[in-house]
Amino acid sequence: MADESPDKEGRKGPLRRFLDLPTDSIPKTLFVAVALCLCASMVVSVAAVALRPIQEENRLRDKRINILQVAGLYEPGENVAEAFNAFEPHVLDIRTGTFTDAFDPLTFDDKAASDDPEISRALGDDPAGIGRQSNFKTIYLLRSEDGAIDKVILPVHGYGLWSTLYGFIALEANGNDIFGLQFYDHAETPGLGAEVDNPRWKALWSGKRLRDDGGDLQITVDKNPSAAGIDYHIDGLAGATLTSRGVDNLVKFWMGKEGYATFLSNLQAGEIS
Amino acid sequence: MTQKRKELLVDPLVDNNPITLQVLGICSALAVTTSLQVAFVMSLAVIAVTGFSSMFISMLRNHIPSSIRIIVQMVIIASLVILVDQILKAYAFEISKTLSVFVGLIITNCIVMGRAEAFAMKNPPIASFIDGIGNGLGYGLILMLVGVVRELFGSGSLFGVTILETVSNGGWYVPNGMLLLPPSAFFIIGLLIWVFRSWKPQQVEEREFKIQTVEAH
Repeated sequence: MADESPDKEGRKGPLRRFLDLPTDSIPKTLFVAVALCLCASMVVSVAAVALRPIQEENRLRDKRINILQVAGLYEPGENVAEAFNAFEPHVLDIRTGTFTDAFDPLTFDDKAASDDPEISRALGDDPAGIGRQSNFKTIYLLRSEDGAIDKVILPVHGYGLWSTLYGFIALEANGNDIFGLQFYDHAETPGLGAEVDNPRWKALWSGKRLRDDGGDLQITVDKNPSAAGIDYHIDGLAGATLTSRGVDNLVKFWMGKEGYATFLSNLQAGEIS
Repeated sequence: MTQKRKELLVDPLVDNNPITLQVLGICSALAVTTSLQVAFVMSLAVIAVTGFSSMFISMLRNHIPSSIRIIVQMVIIASLVILVDQILKAYAFEISKTLSVFVGLIITNCIVMGRAEAFAMKNPPIASFIDGIGNGLGYGLILMLVGVVRELFGSGSLFGVTILETVSNGGWYVPNGMLLLPPSAFFIIGLLIWVFRSWKPQQVEEREFKIQTVEAH
């Protein structure tokens, strides 16, 4: 490739010597493989680290938009940070079902909390496939003009087919009627499992109920309604049986006694203000 | 020389289009053409990746051992794709969410590998870069054509701007839901190939098998 004049032979650097090796020799092959991997990994990691702050900001904004959407408040183009002030964030202790002041709800990191052994627990029976569950969750209250609770927005997550789905479920103030469900982070198959983002499917959730009059959790995502009737049934996604089952499991888990059941009964008893 | 470069750039648009003639890169063309905005960003991403991967591979072509050449090409292509993905996540978050896995799948897009293996390994960097951009443009052109049809008749809009007011928004147009589903892209690409080959009959392939005709006695 380069000039091969013999008088330069003595002054060659180590890099030059490697480049001048026959291309198909084993040392050259190893050299090219290692050098290329180093360069490529440098480029990729520099880009990932340098762009992370902007990506984090996008993610936060996106999460807020999703909270606004699940509460039916989002209008495209509005100032998200401003609109988000309508919500009252609280850190909830899910064991007691009451709010705690131990953490600042604005900075509390739910995802990191479920890895912290101090404030989370490993799940024995784990239908939602989440491994560890944090004892504390950030929830959002939306109040009507007279100050009474209008809606509660609860974070939920669980395993679908390929990925953990992270989302919010919005409940009416009675703690039993569903207002909406929305996922903000998942990696399900586009066109099949990713149809959990389809507005028409999400609209099915509005007005459904979690528990029947006897207090049993009846909500189900399946092909056919259970005996409890259509008030408790959301039609599963066609072609996405495993994602639908994942959603079914995660909703049952988070609305059940391991999840927000204590909080919801406190809410119904009027002990949350 | 400049004439040759122009050819490298223009040739893949119609005469040697990677989708309609070589029938490569169909998978992503089905998935990202429901809206023009997404198709446009995907096209830009593919143009950037084919251009730069061809250029870098061509720069290294005399040092790539033939035993690991495909892996070397893949490493370069994959790094560029990750770079594009990271940039999209930072500056076009909404679109990157819609594109989701398809940006990552540019790695397996046959057009990128095809140009690396067929052209960049044998030609100098600038020519390879232009060839890569040209093929990216050829891919983008088809994506945009398919996107126009699918978005206009599937959702009644172009680039998200309403052209045909749909019934659900109180207009008159009943959108064709099938166009929003992946199979419709097959039909549209098939029709495009028909149009291209009627316009340029030299693109028609010879039949591999001929039906035997038996002469009458």
